[in-house]
Amino acid sequence: MITVAQAVVRCLEAEGVSVIFGYPGAAICPVYDALSVSSIHHVLVREEQNAAHAASGFARISGKPGVCIATSGPGALNLITGIATAYADSIPMVIITGQVSTELLGRDVFQEADITGAAEPFVKHSYLVKEPERIAGVMKEAFYIASTGRPGPVLIDIPVDVQRVKIEFDYSFDVSVRGYKPTLAGHQGQVKRMLAALKAAQKPLICAGGGIFSCHAQKELRGFAEYCKIPVVTTMMGLGAIETEHPLNFGMLGMHGQRTANMAVHEADLLILIGARVGDRAVTTPGVLEKRTKIVHIDVDPAEIGKNVDVQIPIVGDAKVILTQLMEKAEPMDHVNWLNELDKYKKPAVYQQTPDKINPKEFIHTLSERAEADTVFVADVGQNQIWSAANCVLRNGRFLTSGGMGTMGYSVPAAVGAKLASPHQPVIVTCGDGSFQMEMMELATICQEKLDIKIVVMKNNRLGMVRELQKNDYAGNYTAVFLDGGPDFGKLAAAYGIPSLSISRPQEVDGALERLLSQTGPFLLECMVDPEESSL
Amino acid sequence: MKQTVSILVENHAGVLSRVSGLFSRRGFNIDSLAVGVTDDSSVSRITIVVDGDDYMLEQVEKQLNKLIDVIKLRTLPQDEIISRELMLIKVTAKSDARGDIMDIAKIMGAKISDITTSTMTVEIADTAERLQTMLDLLAPYGVKEVVRTGTIALQRGGESITVQK
Repeated sequence: MITVAQAVVRCLEAEGVSVIFGYPGAAICPVYDALSVSSIHHVLVREEQNAAHAASGFARISGKPGVCIATSGPGALNLITGIATAYADSIPMVIITGQVSTELLGRDVFQEADITGAAEPFVKHSYLVKEPERIAGVMKEAFYIASTGRPGPVLIDIPVDVQRVKIEFDYSFDVSVRGYKPTLAGHQGQVKRMLAALKAAQKPLICAGGGIFSCHAQKELRGFAEYCKIPVVTTMMGLGAIETEHPLNFGMLGMHGQRTANMAVHEADLLILIGARVGDRAVTTPGVLEKRTKIVHIDVDPAEIGKNVDVQIPIVGDAKVILTQLMEKAEPMDHVNWLNELDKYKKPAVYQQTPDKINPKEFIHTLSERAEADTVFVADVGQNQIWSAANCVLRNGRFLTSGGMGTMGYSVPAAVGAKLASPHQPVIVTCGDGSFQMEMMELATICQEKLDIKIVVMKNNRLGMVRELQKNDYAGNYTAVFLDGGPDFGKLAAAYGIPSLSISRPQEVDGALERLLSQTGPFLLECMVDPEESSL
Repeated sequence: MKQTVSILVENHAGVLSRVSGLFSRRGFNIDSLAVGVTDDSSVSRITIVVDGDDYMLEQVEKQLNKLIDVIKLRTLPQDEIISRELMLIKVTAKSDARGDIMDIAKIMGAKISDITTSTMTVEIADTAERLQTMLDLLAPYGVKEVVRTGTIALQRGGESITVQK
């Protein structure tokens, strides 16, 4: 007989969990007690939201569900933004929260919050475990649901009295959920229809989204695109699905995307969406697009097909499986004219030079070119996100950002998770001084865990994205966007024992990058940028 | 356009709030919602009447299907359903009105469930349209209170929605 808390830890071990992120409190103490004798490494973050972001970063790099843990009430509530961020980007996560004792539930006692209720809109599924003997079943289901189909966060809330109950433990059973049977293989008839449409098309285009990473289909995507010579554009979540400089890659589409990519979407006669949900930032006018272009939509979540754009050929299933099915039946093609036409739109980036001012776009471009090929770039939200997304040269690394939710304060904690998931890959954070001030408490976590994470803070003393919006849409009425009370980031880093450098002139970039990329251990680079610099 | 959706769900706490939360969150309009356990005590059946176009109905179905607790669902073809709703109406009925109200109840296939010196409570189980007729007929007497269960429905013929064991 072991306690439910011990069973939770045994389940985590059985699921292959090596690292979890959390913050303790009274209602989760039994689990922490059990964790102390486990081989699982617990990372103490400095605020619960960051535990969720770190778990998300870990999941995106490891390909397995990230796990985070917090106590009842405020601990659990602080997780919500992180959970919602993961949900919006379909990141597999298992969240464990402590809850007040069963007999006190519903009485508004100290640190009680209805977390399953509060998080309901942002989870794939959730459990409030009132029956101790259900724990193993719940844990197994949670990992299964989080990691299969369209991945997402699953929450398990466990009252503290339940955690202490002794149970017979057994984890050797198969999981089967009668209301959950995700489709993997694409319908053969639809696959055939798609191939016929592809054969008939003059200007086919693939739009790859984050779903490519969910099912690890980068190789299959590239193989199919190359075999049939189909140009590829990506969403922000799909960045890196195919190398930036691959001849078939025509960039990121959308409101903040590149002209080449948007021209390709505009000109295409067959648009093949793969693991992309046609979000409003990617496709601003779906009503126009669906009238002009024949659309194939490949997605594991049937609810995404036809939600935002009308689709002629829906294919429900796992992108990796479907791309393999397509490859089996496809014939090699060459779309020479179409590719030539698109190549004309492709222009090498020209960065506007202002004397004595660092162009952040050029800076990102140079940084990414000089970084190791397998670097994980983690961008925050704001102008820095758009600069990074549009100018980062990705080879076989990754680009992580909060795409769907646009959560500021994502980058540093997500980098913590990413680094722990793959310690040998370099991890570089790019954020603004606004977003950094939402997450800078995690410098302590970086120090405590001795993580080699490089942080670039692009500082303009402004909330640049909002300022830009106020400039363009509110007649320059700048309000609440001035960050002048911010600290000296170099001194802040020094307080944590992290070396740093501050640069403000273009001629300093070279040396700073040299230092940043050669330094072992964490490093903070403050890069002063022009407040007038626009996102695009 | 009104559509009737039958949903088989896991019979445990929190399921109804997930289903109703989804409707409010996604802006789907519910006309009525009725829920009760089925012959299998682990399964409840929810009947929802929604008002919306084909796009909305497709989204209702797909989003409901994403809920892990939803085992199966089907939109019942509008011309092939047997639908019933139970309504209790407490109506002002002094002795001079009783005869008329009893006549109406008889014609409508309703039942008098309670009677006092000044009121009668009428019970009717029928389609939503027939319940409206009943309300219209009783309105002149002074309706004091009305309670309805929401529509439940089954498809005509031999077809059924079942959970595989």
